[in-house]
Amino acid sequence: MSNRELTSSHTISVLVDNEPGILARVVGLFSGRGYNIESLTVAEVNAAENLSRITIVTAGTPMVIEQIKAQLDRLVPVHRVHDLTMEGPHIERELALIKVKGTGEKRVEALRLADVFRAKVIDAKNDSFVFEVTGNTDKVDTFINLMGALGLVDVGRTGIVAMTRGGEAL
Amino acid sequence: MKPEEPATTGADLLVKALIDEEVEVVFGYPGGAVLPIYDSIFKQNQLRHILVRHEQAAVHAAEGYARSTGKVGVVLVTSGPGATNAVTGLTDALMDSIPIVCLTGQVPTHLIGNDAFQEADTTGITRPCTKHNYLVKSVDKLARTVHEAFYVARSGRPGPVVIDLPKDVLMNKHEYSAPQKPVEHKSYKPITKPDRNQLHQVVELMAKAKRPVFYTGGGVINAGPKASQLLTQFVRMTGFPITNTLMGLGSFPASDPQFLGMLGMHGTYEANLAMYHCDLLINIGARFDDRITGKIAEFSPKSTKIHIDIDPSSINKNVRVDLPIVGDARRALKGLVDIWQKRQPKIDLKAQKAWWAQIDGWRQRKCLAYKQGSEIIKPQYALERLYHHIKDREHYITTEVGQHQMWAAQFLKFEKPNHWMTSGGLGTMGYGFPAAMGVQIAHPDALVIDVAGEASIMMNIQELSTVAQYRLPVKIFILNNQYMGMVRQWQELLHGGRYSESYMESLPDFVRLAEAFGAVGLRTDKPSELDGVIEEMIRIKKPVIVDIGVDRAENCFPMIPSGAAHYDMLLGPDDRAAKPVSEEGMVLV
Repeated sequence: MSNRELTSSHTISVLVDNEPGILARVVGLFSGRGYNIESLTVAEVNAAENLSRITIVTAGTPMVIEQIKAQLDRLVPVHRVHDLTMEGPHIERELALIKVKGTGEKRVEALRLADVFRAKVIDAKNDSFVFEVTGNTDKVDTFINLMGALGLVDVGRTGIVAMTRGGEAL
Repeated sequence: MKPEEPATTGADLLVKALIDEEVEVVFGYPGGAVLPIYDSIFKQNQLRHILVRHEQAAVHAAEGYARSTGKVGVVLVTSGPGATNAVTGLTDALMDSIPIVCLTGQVPTHLIGNDAFQEADTTGITRPCTKHNYLVKSVDKLARTVHEAFYVARSGRPGPVVIDLPKDVLMNKHEYSAPQKPVEHKSYKPITKPDRNQLHQVVELMAKAKRPVFYTGGGVINAGPKASQLLTQFVRMTGFPITNTLMGLGSFPASDPQFLGMLGMHGTYEANLAMYHCDLLINIGARFDDRITGKIAEFSPKSTKIHIDIDPSSINKNVRVDLPIVGDARRALKGLVDIWQKRQPKIDLKAQKAWWAQIDGWRQRKCLAYKQGSEIIKPQYALERLYHHIKDREHYITTEVGQHQMWAAQFLKFEKPNHWMTSGGLGTMGYGFPAAMGVQIAHPDALVIDVAGEASIMMNIQELSTVAQYRLPVKIFILNNQYMGMVRQWQELLHGGRYSESYMESLPDFVRLAEAFGAVGLRTDKPSELDGVIEEMIRIKKPVIVDIGVDRAENCFPMIPSGAAHYDMLLGPDDRAAKPVSEEGMVLV
């Protein structure tokens, strides 16, 4: 009830009609009511039924998180809202493209670390690489930090997609 | 015409769909983008169009119509400025959960996004101020969208829905499709049936309670007149005290001894103290709004809280409750009455007696008392006299926003639902007059009175032309204190009496203004003339503006200053010095 309640990060999956304006509705809801968006991904997942899946990572007190879910569920084109953080074990993945420029020892070191992180080289020039790395946010953050000293010039990240473990669908 | 080509244009389809949705009246204002619709309206006799003088008024009129009939109110405006002018009304309807379908014109689809003449991103602008909105991009989706819009507007927690209609869609041809029954929406499925076990728990908690209170709101009104009947039946069965929110007035008869009056910032002493001291709070269809709770940390600290609401997002939003129940108020009350009758719970009568004794003690403070002299009319007195003259005839009250609104809520007595229309959530000055027009359209023979302030009435004064055109005998009862009274009151109490911009300079002569529009104007500022003026207002079968000059310095009490708790009420002018408003409270509205 009080503001002193701890805030925590929640990953919320929302199944919506893939229609114009749906993303604006969701984003507008968050900005209009002052909620945080830490990560947001959206793409069509079922063309036959015209459904998209939005994955939102947000932070708040338990009361705010409950409110966010109720507000999302209230939107007319929203089919289902699931708080993966609350509903048991789930997996989160993020993909990043990381461009590193350099030569000599730094270049070799970047390649060695990429191997450790199972990052793939998807573009190479004499003085640059583009790596593709996949994993949870921590892993991607760590890899990007390491590249900082080795000639990092550009980063692109997808944001988080997530799914429950086991056979149950959303 | 080729035989396979359907004969119906989008505009004709639209009108047919409205008629199939049992729409009788549309409030609107024409313009370029909606000309095809106006042409279709011209060619038929079933759908009546009321021409307002400003699109905001069209929405408020539709709200008044909806609130006094329980039907969906329908608005028709053009693109661009027509749509943007409607935004205040839409926001008002959203905040007060009023079912509205607003049809907006749009530039042809091939011009959308080109900054065309009278183009606005209507779905973008209205997204946060509607329950839902649609842009119809092809005529084959038009009829289905209209039917869906009506379903969304009226079901669950009602609200405004916008349908944006590009002009080419209105002119293209297609076959009509009738509404499907029962409506099955693929993603929008509001929960209306409350959980039976939870209702049993409510009765168990009530049986154990020593100091219970019902706190009910607009959700009961929205659930239909039957819900108010059931509420009245249930409250009387239990013998528990009940208080209403501003939106809930009329759901329980105000003359009943179990009624404590309205609660909240300008609620009664007994209602607010009952909220503070109760051990069981039963909220049905209210949303713990900040005008109700005051300081949230000290809101009803000793109570177990039950909250029945059709909107899950209203539960645990401001106040953490112990027993949250999602469902329609009528169905919940029906269940509660049944369970109570079957189980015949033994309530603690001794505790109830002590609780009522305590409440009667608070009532003895007579928190609404005022001193009426022989020279100046007190606004409270004007309303008490008004009520005296109207109480035995069918009447509907609307209000603008401010002191007069709170006095109306305190001094008029509401015995039935759907007879009290006021802008609660948004607090829209200029609401009451057009709302009264909408009520009068729905109830042509009833006495419809807009209790107004001289500042608020100026905000939609152009509608005098509408009431003249349709000969609507709406009465505007102005409590004229020559100030934006509530602004002045706050400046007096919170800003050292610096009346910045709250004096109403250059007011019109309301009597001559009325006459200019073919209405009747009456005026008095003498207590001795008040009854005569009210009687004359009721007698005249035309629109009337009554300009009552009232005490300019009167403040609206009781008052819980913003940021204060329920026990911290200002009961009258002498109370003020003792309780300075905290800095924290100053920030609040």
